[in-house]
Amino acid sequence: MKNFFPSIPEALKRLFVVLVVLVGGFLLVRFVLPASLKDSSLHVKSTVEREMERPIRYAGSDVCADCHDEYNVKQGGYHKNLSCETCHGTAREHSENPAEVKPNLPRMREFCVRCHAYNASRPTGFPQINPAAHNPLKPCIACHKPHDPPPPTVPHECQACHAEIARTKAVSPHIMLECTTCHKVPHEHKVTPRLVKATIPAEREFCGTCHGKGSEVKETPKIDLSTHGEKYLCWQCHYPHMPEVE
Amino acid sequence: MERRRFVKKLLAFVIPGGILGVILKPSTAKAKDYDATKHYYGMGIQVNKCIGCGRCVEACKDENGVSKEPFYFRTWVERYTIKKNNEVIVQNIDPRIEGIRESFGEREILRSFFVPKLCNQCDNPPCVQVCPVGATFKTDDGVVLVDENRCIGCRYCIQACPYGARYLNPVTETADKCTFCYHRITKGLLPACVEVCPTQARIFGDVRGSASPLTRFKRMNKLHVLKASLNTEPKVSYSGLDGEVR
Amino acid sequence: MNPISEKLVDLLKQVTGYIYPNEIEVHWGVLVVVYPYLTGLVAGAVILASLVKVFNIKEVQAVYRLSLLTALAFLLIAPLPLLLHLGHPERSYEIFLNPNFASAMAMFGFVYAWYLMVVLLLEIWFTYRKDIIVWSQQENPPMKWIHRIVSLFSTDVSDKSVEFDKKVVKGITIIGIPSAFLLHGYVGFIFGSIKANPWWNSVLMPIVFLFSAIVSGIALVIILYMVIIPFRGEKIDMKCLDKMASYLFYAVIVDFSLELLDFIHRLYQSEESIKILSEMVMNKLFISLVIIQVLLGMLIPLAIIVGVKLFRFDEELRKLLYFVSVILIQLGIFATRWNVVIGGQMFSKSFRGLTAYKTELTGIEGLLMTLVLLVLPLVVLAVLLKIFPAWETPKRNPVGEAAA
Repeated sequence: MKNFFPSIPEALKRLFVVLVVLVGGFLLVRFVLPASLKDSSLHVKSTVEREMERPIRYAGSDVCADCHDEYNVKQGGYHKNLSCETCHGTAREHSENPAEVKPNLPRMREFCVRCHAYNASRPTGFPQINPAAHNPLKPCIACHKPHDPPPPTVPHECQACHAEIARTKAVSPHIMLECTTCHKVPHEHKVTPRLVKATIPAEREFCGTCHGKGSEVKETPKIDLSTHGEKYLCWQCHYPHMPEVE
Repeated sequence: MERRRFVKKLLAFVIPGGILGVILKPSTAKAKDYDATKHYYGMGIQVNKCIGCGRCVEACKDENGVSKEPFYFRTWVERYTIKKNNEVIVQNIDPRIEGIRESFGEREILRSFFVPKLCNQCDNPPCVQVCPVGATFKTDDGVVLVDENRCIGCRYCIQACPYGARYLNPVTETADKCTFCYHRITKGLLPACVEVCPTQARIFGDVRGSASPLTRFKRMNKLHVLKASLNTEPKVSYSGLDGEVR
Repeated sequence: MNPISEKLVDLLKQVTGYIYPNEIEVHWGVLVVVYPYLTGLVAGAVILASLVKVFNIKEVQAVYRLSLLTALAFLLIAPLPLLLHLGHPERSYEIFLNPNFASAMAMFGFVYAWYLMVVLLLEIWFTYRKDIIVWSQQENPPMKWIHRIVSLFSTDVSDKSVEFDKKVVKGITIIGIPSAFLLHGYVGFIFGSIKANPWWNSVLMPIVFLFSAIVSGIALVIILYMVIIPFRGEKIDMKCLDKMASYLFYAVIVDFSLELLDFIHRLYQSEESIKILSEMVMNKLFISLVIIQVLLGMLIPLAIIVGVKLFRFDEELRKLLYFVSVILIQLGIFATRWNVVIGGQMFSKSFRGLTAYKTELTGIEGLLMTLVLLVLPLVVLAVLLKIFPAWETPKRNPVGEAAA
């Protein structure tokens, strides 16, 4: 032992001092610094609390029902899936201070047009209109009550809800055909469209009445029903609203 | 005598200080009411119902105080148009523009639809994995949050997110993203985007629940998630998701 | 509108195809390009130094100390671009205080600290220890005190201690080689482990980073040697220069093969991202990748060095050709880093669109700042060379004891 310490090179002894300082610093940081600086779970907890305390702007759909009967009107109609705040904007402040803070009351045409203008990407069955053609310049609420929006008269055109199909058909060879030529539409479909559906032709012979070899309708392309198209129904290949041929 | 005076002075500070400390201790009662381990949140999106109105995008920015400029989005809606020549065109809808401006001729379109996007609150989140200081983390109820007091703004998490859901908050200079409106859901409300969606295209709920709209959604639909091959285990499921959606 | 938003509005017009709305902001800019460039030079300089000690390549002994000091100078400055780029640099200590052990970036902080503190500083200290002590005995303050403090007030200059120093240096250099590999390979891993980004996501990324680092480091030492030696009024040792050029040549061959492999592999596999990535390379990265990185930065220097090896040019011509090659190589490696970092953000993760990166002249992400960051390590090196001369031997000692 006596010979051990002197035999360590002096350089190493110097470095050892530096090492002790560094390790000391590390231990200081690890064990002496307060936990709040280091402990992850404390940071997580404080973040969660901070997030939970952020201000709320939208009150939620149930809150309006406490004071406004229009809510019940809405629940009985086509807009029942809309939250009040979808149209009226943030209402939390109003719910806490009803007399002084009022939410929006949208009355301009552009507001309704935003959802109901025709767009090819909107799903079929969603009521869409061409804003330039449908009662232009008139406010929507003049005819459609916003909380119970069906129009004053039931539309006799299918186009009101099936805009994409109507527009496609309008530039196709089937332009002269009424929707009801091929589809049987019970009246209930206009009132509760998702519950009662229209029919679609179920037999090849249906299309054959105009397109079969023996048909008397002039100027339509004719095929031999017995050989054309194997076992398929006509509309399985030819989209009836734009019946293109290969 | 010196020592006695010193000790007296010391006690004069310590005792009132201790009493004040006890009185003024911030209460943590708020956090205790909500038990995060009893919930696990997820979302469902029905692509076939989205009409691309963009109200969700606006509501999110209103509720969460996100900058209104078009570079910072916690949620956004994409519009896909697949033409007959198989060309796919994708656009972001800009909620500030009333209606959707660009439209394609009916003859060209094969199919077209809207897809809402947001942070998928992954169960195996790559953003949490790469954060060097652990500023972003997953809570017990399955929501990925960011601690804006710890984030150093290195932007590694933004690079690591495969969905483009993160951005750098220009005000706090920290990473930011959708929090499922944590401040709302922990009080039993719905996230703002779900609240204002007019067609119930977005469904929010507890993924472990047994009777909820989300559970019905998961029962009745074939579900997809985005970029499944990256194994991020997203908790936002899509029904009706087209193969062209990235 | 804040200034960032104004720039972003302009960028929106340059988007082709579709990008996710949050992708318009390019998050890692030229500062993050400079960082791997600087750490790469470190790794290369160290590998060159280790050729002397570990493999006993006598010809390059003259640049041993220069390589170590170069590595230190660049290592000290390299964190600066990172700090400048952070949103909250004042919180950067959190990487060491509260690291997320799953994060490559956090763990890299420790690799960097290990490398700097344990490997490089110790190696330099043991290399210079005896010389500093001897110098400090003859000098005037302040240099006298600087040297005494750095030597930790050590006074032992016995033969035994010098032998010990040499053994330690050899040992540290042996550890230093894998540590240098780790240092720069890790930077590659930080990019290569991001599965969200197909331009970065590759097993080859750490290896490619490492070898391009070696190339740039050796090239840098060659430049410094060719500039400093004439500046001191001395003659360039052609054997040393030729040897360094040889090692540069081997490194470029390996680097080129790796990048070629990556390229072929991507094309052959033809994954989903190949279309948008090809479009990006041909449109957004054509000049920086095809022209600068490959043609100017790799093929032409390769041809030059092959030519020198085949045709035995005379000394003056060789010096000129070497100098041109290493300048081109530096440009090429900087372009490589640019293409990796900026390129990875030029395409959308939806694989449907491309965006643009606008370089500025002034400001924290500006080209002027880049220039400052690239020059600063050279300034630090100049200071280091003053404190730790790389070629002088202590005047009082006989020539035989000159430390190398």
